[in-house]
Amino acid sequence: MSIDTDTARRVAKLARIKVEEDALPALAQEFNAILGFIEQLEEVDVDGIEPMTSVTPQRLKRREDVVTDGNQQEAVLKNAPDAREGFFAVPKVVE
Amino acid sequence: MTDLNKLTIADARDALKKGDVNSVELTQACIDAIDASGALNAFVHKTPEIALEQAAAADARGYADAPALNGIPLGIKDLFCTKGVDSQAASGILKGFKPEYESTVTTKLFDNGAVMLGKLNMDEFAMGSSNESSAYGPAVNPWKVDDRNLTPGGSSGGSAAAVAADLCLGATGTDTGGSIRQPAAFTGTVGIKPTYGRCSRWGIIAYASSLDQAGPMTKTVRDSAIMLSAMAGHDMKDSTSADLAVPDFEAALTGDIKGKVIGIPREYRLDGLNEEITKLWDEGAEMLRAAGAEVRDVSLPHSKYALPAYYVIASAEASSNLARYDGVRFGERAPLGAGDGINEMYEKTRAAGFGPETQRRIMVGTYVLSAGFYDAYYNRARKVRTLIKRDFENVFADGVDAILAPATPTPAFGIGEVSDANPVEMYLNDVFTVTLNLAGLPGIAVPTGMSSNGLPLGLQLIGRPWEEADLLNIAHSVEHSAGFVAKPQKWW
Repeated sequence: MSIDTDTARRVAKLARIKVEEDALPALAQEFNAILGFIEQLEEVDVDGIEPMTSVTPQRLKRREDVVTDGNQQEAVLKNAPDAREGFFAVPKVVE
Repeated sequence: MTDLNKLTIADARDALKKGDVNSVELTQACIDAIDASGALNAFVHKTPEIALEQAAAADARGYADAPALNGIPLGIKDLFCTKGVDSQAASGILKGFKPEYESTVTTKLFDNGAVMLGKLNMDEFAMGSSNESSAYGPAVNPWKVDDRNLTPGGSSGGSAAAVAADLCLGATGTDTGGSIRQPAAFTGTVGIKPTYGRCSRWGIIAYASSLDQAGPMTKTVRDSAIMLSAMAGHDMKDSTSADLAVPDFEAALTGDIKGKVIGIPREYRLDGLNEEITKLWDEGAEMLRAAGAEVRDVSLPHSKYALPAYYVIASAEASSNLARYDGVRFGERAPLGAGDGINEMYEKTRAAGFGPETQRRIMVGTYVLSAGFYDAYYNRARKVRTLIKRDFENVFADGVDAILAPATPTPAFGIGEVSDANPVEMYLNDVFTVTLNLAGLPGIAVPTGMSSNGLPLGLQLIGRPWEEADLLNIAHSVEHSAGFVAKPQKWW
């Protein structure tokens, strides 16, 4: 499996990370080095093996379905780069 | 008393109890040491006001019937959210982030009377083995053999450097693939990654949630036992934290390991393994044998596949966990051009805020989870993970109590020496440590010797799940037999 510039561009887009056009070939090469390393996994016989979902064989704890928190608008917005009138502000999304 | 910052946690606790010293004096000694340690770049956000306030409170509380860490000054890895104090995971994208809440582990430490000296350097989002991937610049190892600055390892490099240089009595670390044990080994300190679920992950900035665990980094095994008892325990806010009683780990340090069965995994004897590491490992086995343990060869046949499986799983989880850094709710938003919409905001913010290694792992994770590759990469890696865990289960079922292995393939290397061109080369640092994270097991690094050029070397012990008490006791025995007492010469 070899990653070309188009795939690198697509992955960067999916990850929402801006990569300049002239940086894509080097990125593709890095992916190829890492994926080449990962491809060793193809040697392993995994027939009939379940993929691990939880490393400790325990049932996750459940809690009462009740409100335990809230009314912290100020704290929630405190670290926002742009908060106005009690909301997170972002660039225009809909025309 | 002079050089109070050089005390171990256990000795400081005893001195505080006897009234030979108070926490304000002890804390001030650490603050002075930190202020003179700029060249190490270990403490990246200092909190002397908080520290002195907490120290005064500890002194006011008194030391009769005091909690375990009353008045003990500690450093906190930048990955832990600390209320009102910068917590940016060494990332540009979280610049200026001051959490409105406190992580469970730091809350527990403070409830136990601990004093926070500040936040410690690390690799960005805990992704790295040399502390070079940090928005603060690299932390520097206090150990030196020539003009070069050496890495303290990573990702908990600042924690390891700070403990080794006596800037604090102990520090918190986190370990996703070796991030506590590798830096401990590089700096002649002790670090334990407990069983997955032993410490709550709540309020620790997430890298790979199924692998991340917090643990202590200290000068001695006893200090790790004391700190771990304070950090561990069930937390309703982390559904993967185990609802199990936390033992008094210090009480388990009897030094008696007669009859314990120690496994030596033959697959860890890599072709071309550093001769000094091989020798150290053999000597460690001999120490355990001399202390009355039975040492036998064991096999962990899938070890070779741990690193590639790790890079698939950790990158996949990172791509998901780090999706939250979007320039909307916290941290920095990149400057936008006229007409830029929300997608440009995401893409520019993430390109400017994340460093190269973080970007790489997010994108590798995105790729292995993308349609068409999910089965070939992600599901296959999770199946291999099942096999790796089964290897350990088989060894433990045969009566093995703990496994002895090297902690790192080499001693500390120079900053900038492992090439950036091939990221895989850096990943190989974790070859002995990463298997445990995949299997959820506890592991501890203990300094047991020196390289020929005068750098500390550490061994690793791997225990059964939830049996950190037994593991610490075996480590305590090795520590005692090795008698490692060397300290770095102060140059900073």
